[in-house]
Amino acid sequence: MEDFNSETDSDYTSYWRDWFISSRGNEYFCEIDEDYLTDRFNLTGLNTEVAYYQYALDLVTDVFDLDADDDLREQIEKSARHLYGLVHARYIVTTRGLAKMVEKYKRGDFGKCPRVMCDGHPLLPMGQHDVANQSNVRLFCPKCEDIYNPKSSRHASIDGAYFGTSFHSMLFQVYPSLVPEKSIRRYEPRIFGFKVHASAALARWQDQFREDQKANLREAGVEAKYAEDVSEDEELEDDDEPVTETKEEKVAGDAASGRMDIGN
Amino acid sequence: MSSSEGAPESWISSFCSLMGHEFFAEVSEDFIEDDFNLTGLQSQVPMYKEALEMILDVEPEDDEDDEEEEEEEEDEDEILGDEKPPGYRRAGARTHARVASDLSVIESSAELLYGLIHQRYITSRPGIQQMLEKYEMQHFGGCPRVYCNGCKVLPVGRSDTPGQETVKLFCPSCQDLYTPPNSRFHSVDGAFFGTTFGCLFFMTFPDLDIGPRLDSSFSALSPTRSSSLTSSSINNQVAPDVPPPNQPAEINGVRTVNFSPGLGPGRIYESRIYGFRVSERSRSGPRMKWLRMKPTDIRELDEMARYEALHGEADNDGDTEMGSGSGTTQSAAIAKRKKAPMRRRRYNPDQMSINGAEAG
Repeated sequence: MEDFNSETDSDYTSYWRDWFISSRGNEYFCEIDEDYLTDRFNLTGLNTEVAYYQYALDLVTDVFDLDADDDLREQIEKSARHLYGLVHARYIVTTRGLAKMVEKYKRGDFGKCPRVMCDGHPLLPMGQHDVANQSNVRLFCPKCEDIYNPKSSRHASIDGAYFGTSFHSMLFQVYPSLVPEKSIRRYEPRIFGFKVHASAALARWQDQFREDQKANLREAGVEAKYAEDVSEDEELEDDDEPVTETKEEKVAGDAASGRMDIGN
Repeated sequence: MSSSEGAPESWISSFCSLMGHEFFAEVSEDFIEDDFNLTGLQSQVPMYKEALEMILDVEPEDDEDDEEEEEEEEDEDEILGDEKPPGYRRAGARTHARVASDLSVIESSAELLYGLIHQRYITSRPGIQQMLEKYEMQHFGGCPRVYCNGCKVLPVGRSDTPGQETVKLFCPSCQDLYTPPNSRFHSVDGAFFGTTFGCLFFMTFPDLDIGPRLDSSFSALSPTRSSSLTSSSINNQVAPDVPPPNQPAEINGVRTVNFSPGLGPGRIYESRIYGFRVSERSRSGPRMKWLRMKPTDIRELDEMARYEALHGEADNDGDTEMGSGSGTTQSAAIAKRKKAPMRRRRYNPDQMSINGAEAG
């Protein structure tokens, strides 16, 4: 036990969060600021959700100094991970949390969309519930606006509540420039080159649905744009390179303006 | 390996057991030996004859007994072969010429040829049956989309020409295409499965249960076409969130229950912030709903019936009141047949009875 204690005083526990986010399977998490964790207001209500709440919090904030046997220690460790997850869901919808997650999103830390027509668009983690132990983490593709299961089992076991239902929508509200261009490309099943009637009929119906929605939106003064429409308007800018450059600049600029908006 | 005692594995089965080749079915030798099935491949595959011999494990005529040695030393030979000048052994015996760099060319030709034959084989009756077995054993994995509930997927290609795109997975539940999660399939050519296979498979087995796995009410059905009609009464209320009455058992040639069950209201993800839906009018609002949409009333997809209902009222007055007078009915029916001559007759009697039953 004494050995254990001396260890806890060393740098091992002083970086509990570092250790947590760098351990395998936790790639989706970002690091929560110390300030955020120590502000009790941000933790409102969590003491009833987490067992050994105080110890767990101490462990997460690196001030844990309890003589505990292995069993208890393990329980507290588990609680700490749970607590960290729940705080994480709250943290990532704050300005700072969003900025950190945007970085991870741009790096593609959350994987790529498995849908072929999305061309490997980066994903965002999300949950279908805000209450713990209801469903596992899902991945949201902003391009096709659908949700997918993580392909790796080590990610599939993460609780969805650690990311929450609102995070990804909030991110695109705050950074509207990050909203990817939507595409109307789709897969057309064919047999010996001929379209299949059932699928084609559905596709026509869906296209009609889209056009109706577009018309409704236009009536409301909102223009719903798809990649295929844009290409017609910008026929002059055919070169690929300058277009991508301007895109990136635009993204960076708008991200900054997004931050400004919050400040106001 | 376990089944064959001492005897070397056939080229086909060893090819199919290679890492990353799990999607392939073992093409029967009968199929390959039928020249008709190989029509046109000769021009697509270099060293066609040698490749075919390799696939069928036929010993080339010139080789006598060193075939096995060749295969064992293949790797070394490749390395050696690369270093040697090309014309090195040409003058010598043909057997030795083949040992060298040729063998790796033949090997890759054989893989190409096998893939192209495979593309044809899996659309044939025995081939598609073999793929059904693999499908039911879930060799191809499940759909990553959450609302498809892990529906089993099929390997397909987006092109029938080799070297264009790698293999993709087709999900019948959302009618969409996905990249295989495992990167070892990212080097498998999609043309080896072809564009036709995916849809043909589900049309060949229309009663395959592709709905949510929990639903067991119709999993016991035998896979025959006739049973689909009799069991329609049970299947009508399969989707609990879509309860319109009088749904037909079949729509556009597909059983309604099996027609993209992963799509439609209740199976579309809606973004929410603190429980409130993100408005369509928001800049970042939903724009892709159409992709996962399906009409609640599946009859909306019966374009023929809808067209005739519309035009019957607009153009043809006699059409709607068919029952009233037999003379006008007949002439109206004839006029209608003249207007849409070819098309309608090909449709199934069900649809004919909607419009033309009284006329006859």
